Amino acid sequence: MRRFFLIATPYTWLLLLFLVPFAIVVKISLSDTALAIPPYVPKFSWDEGIGAYFSQLDFENFVFLTEDDLYWKAYLSSFKIATISTLLTLLVGYPIAYGMARSAPEWRPTLMMLVILPFWTSFLIRVYAWMGILSNEGYLNQLLLWTGVIDTPLTILNTNTAVYIGIVYTYLPFMILPIYSALERLDESLIEAAEDLGCSRLSAFWLVTIPLSKTGIIAGCFLVFIPALGEFVIPSLLGGSNSLMIGKVLWEEFFSNRDWPVASAVAVILLLILVIPIVLFQRNQQKEQEAEQ
Amino acid sequence: MTTVEFEPWDDPQEKPLIHFQNVTKRFGSFVAIDNLTIDIYEREFYALLGPSGCGKTTLMRMLAGFETPTEGNIMLAGQDIVPVPPNKRATNMMFQSYALFPHLSIWENIAFGLKREGMPKPDINNRVEEMLRLTRLEKFAKRKPHQISGGQRQRVALARSLAKAPKLLLLDEPLGALDKKLRQETQFELMDIQEKTGTTFVIVTHDQEEAMTVASRVAVMDHGKIIQVATPDRIYETPNSVYVADFIGDVNIIQGTTTANGEDSYSVAWADGQAPLTASSNQPFSDGQKCHLAIRPEKIAISADKPEEAANAVQGKVLDIAYLGNISTYHVELPTGVVIKAQAANTRRISRRSYTWEDTVWLSWTATAGVLLAS
Repeated sequence: MRRFFLIATPYTWLLLLFLVPFAIVVKISLSDTALAIPPYVPKFSWDEGIGAYFSQLDFENFVFLTEDDLYWKAYLSSFKIATISTLLTLLVGYPIAYGMARSAPEWRPTLMMLVILPFWTSFLIRVYAWMGILSNEGYLNQLLLWTGVIDTPLTILNTNTAVYIGIVYTYLPFMILPIYSALERLDESLIEAAEDLGCSRLSAFWLVTIPLSKTGIIAGCFLVFIPALGEFVIPSLLGGSNSLMIGKVLWEEFFSNRDWPVASAVAVILLLILVIPIVLFQRNQQKEQEAEQ
Repeated sequence: MTTVEFEPWDDPQEKPLIHFQNVTKRFGSFVAIDNLTIDIYEREFYALLGPSGCGKTTLMRMLAGFETPTEGNIMLAGQDIVPVPPNKRATNMMFQSYALFPHLSIWENIAFGLKREGMPKPDINNRVEEMLRLTRLEKFAKRKPHQISGGQRQRVALARSLAKAPKLLLLDEPLGALDKKLRQETQFELMDIQEKTGTTFVIVTHDQEEAMTVASRVAVMDHGKIIQVATPDRIYETPNSVYVADFIGDVNIIQGTTTANGEDSYSVAWADGQAPLTASSNQPFSDGQKCHLAIRPEKIAISADKPEEAANAVQGKVLDIAYLGNISTYHVELPTGVVIKAQAANTRRISRRSYTWEDTVWLSWTATAGVLLAS
C-alpha cells in the first residue's frame, strides 16, 4: 500500500501537469479555427453528447502542415540549427570541462561557480545584451575596427551566426556540467596505465578519456539539443527574418494569426519529434546509473 | 635437494638490470629520494619496503617514467632511461587501484598494450589466451571489470601488465585491496608467476610480511634513503640498525654499554645491580660504547625455574599474556621496569601451563640470539 502511494504521487503529478495539458493541446489541434473565444470550434455541449463532439474532430490541421512547405522547412531548419549549435557547444564545452576537472581541487568550486554564475541574471537580459555586442555599431565591431582587423563592420546580428552564438552561450553550462562530472570521476591512474601500456598522450585521450566521458557527452548533448530545437527567444531576438525556427513559427501562429488549432498541431508534432531524443537520453542516464552500481 | 643459490648480487661478474646512480628527487623543498644508489638484478623479486611517505612509490614511479629524477641517472640494461617517456619503456606497472579500463572487457584490457604495439591479430589472440591461462581467467574473458571479484581484478591487472613481456614489472601495493586470506594465497601465486615468466619484479609494499614472503631481496627505506638491502632472512636475523630491527617484525631493544670479553664477544652492562648480558658480534665495539641489543621474542625462552647453562638469564614478572592459539606472547617486566616480550609455542594445553599472570619467571637466551647494534 505504501509502495502504491510512493509511485502514485509522481504519476499524479505527471498526469496533472503533463498528460492533461497535452491532451487539451491534442484536442485543440484536431479542432477548427473560428472567430470566437476561445478561437476554435467545436465546443463540447451536453445536449449533443460526446459522440457528436468527437465526430467533428479531424486531422485537417496536420494535413495542412504537410501542404504548406513553411512548416517542414521550419522543422528541418530548427533541426539543423539545433544540431550544429549542439556540436559547437560540445567543442567549446569539452575543453572547459576538461580544464575544470584537471584543475587543483581547491579551485574547482570557484570554477563551478563561474559556470553557474550567468544563471543569476535573467535569460532574456543576457540575450538582449548580445544584441548590444553583435550589432553593427556594437562592442564587437567597435573592437575589431579599433584594432584594425576589419575596415567595414561585420553583419552578425539578425543572421544565423548570431543564433548559433546565442545558443552556444546560453546552453554552455548544460554541456559543461555533465561532462565535468564524468571527467572528475575519471581515475588519473587509468591515463597513466594507458601510457604505461604504450599510448601517447593523445591516444590515451582518445582511447580512455573520451570513452569514459561518453555518458557525460551524451547527456550534455541532449540537454542542449532538446531545448535548442524548440528555441524561440534566441532566434526572434538575435536571428533575422531568414533564420527559420519552429519555435518562432509556433509563436506567430498562436499570437499573430490567432490560429490555435494549427499552432497546437505544430506543437504536437514538435513534441513527437522530441520524444525520440528524450527516450534516448533517458536510456543513457539509466545505463550510467547501472554502470555505477 | 640440490638447487643453485640465486644470489646475483654476490657475483661481481653479474651486471645489474637496473642501476640507480646517485638519484635525488625533490618536490619543491621536500626531498623524496635522497642521493640513492641501488642495483637490481635480472629475475630478481625486489621489494621496496617502508612506511608511507618514505619515497618507495616515488622510486617506482621513476622506474615507470611518471617522475623524472632531479639529479642522477637510472640505467635499464645499460641504457639511460631518464629521457625515455613511459610509453616507450620496456617496463610495465601494475597499479595499486589496478586501473583496469572499465569500458573494456577483460580480454580487451589484456590486449590493450599489445594492440598499441601493432602486433598482428593472431599473435594478439595467442598472447591474450596465454595470459588468461596463466592467471586462470579463461572463463571471465568477456566480462567487464565491474562484473568480477577483487581477487580476479587483481589477476587481470597482473595479466595486462605481463602481456607485453616487459623486462621489468613494477607492482605498486598489488595486494593491498585484498583480504588477508586471499592476500596470502595471491602472494604464492605471484611468486609462481614470477618464476614461470622469469620477469624481474619490483614490488612496493608497506606490509613487511608480504615483502618477506615474496621477495628475493628486501630494501628497507626511510625518508628517501635505503637503510638496508638484504635477503629476507638476513634482514630479519641481522638488521643493520635499530630502525630496521624495529620495522621488521617484533623486537626487544635493550640499551647498554659494551666491554669486550673475548673474540667477537662482548659483555653488555644494561642496568645497575644486574649481571651484564653476553652477546657476540662480528662488528667491532669499543669498550664503554653505547649500544642496543636487539632480540626477537621467539629467541627468548621462558621458564618457571632458573635455567642452567644459559648465557643470559634475567628474572621478571609476567605482566600480560597474548594468546594467539599456536603461540603465546608473554610480556615480562624486569625489576628495572623494562618490559621484555618472549614468545613460546603452546605445545601443552593452556591449563597445564606452569606460569601465569603475576608469576615470577626466568627469561633466557644464548649469546648469539641477539644482535648488537651501534646507537
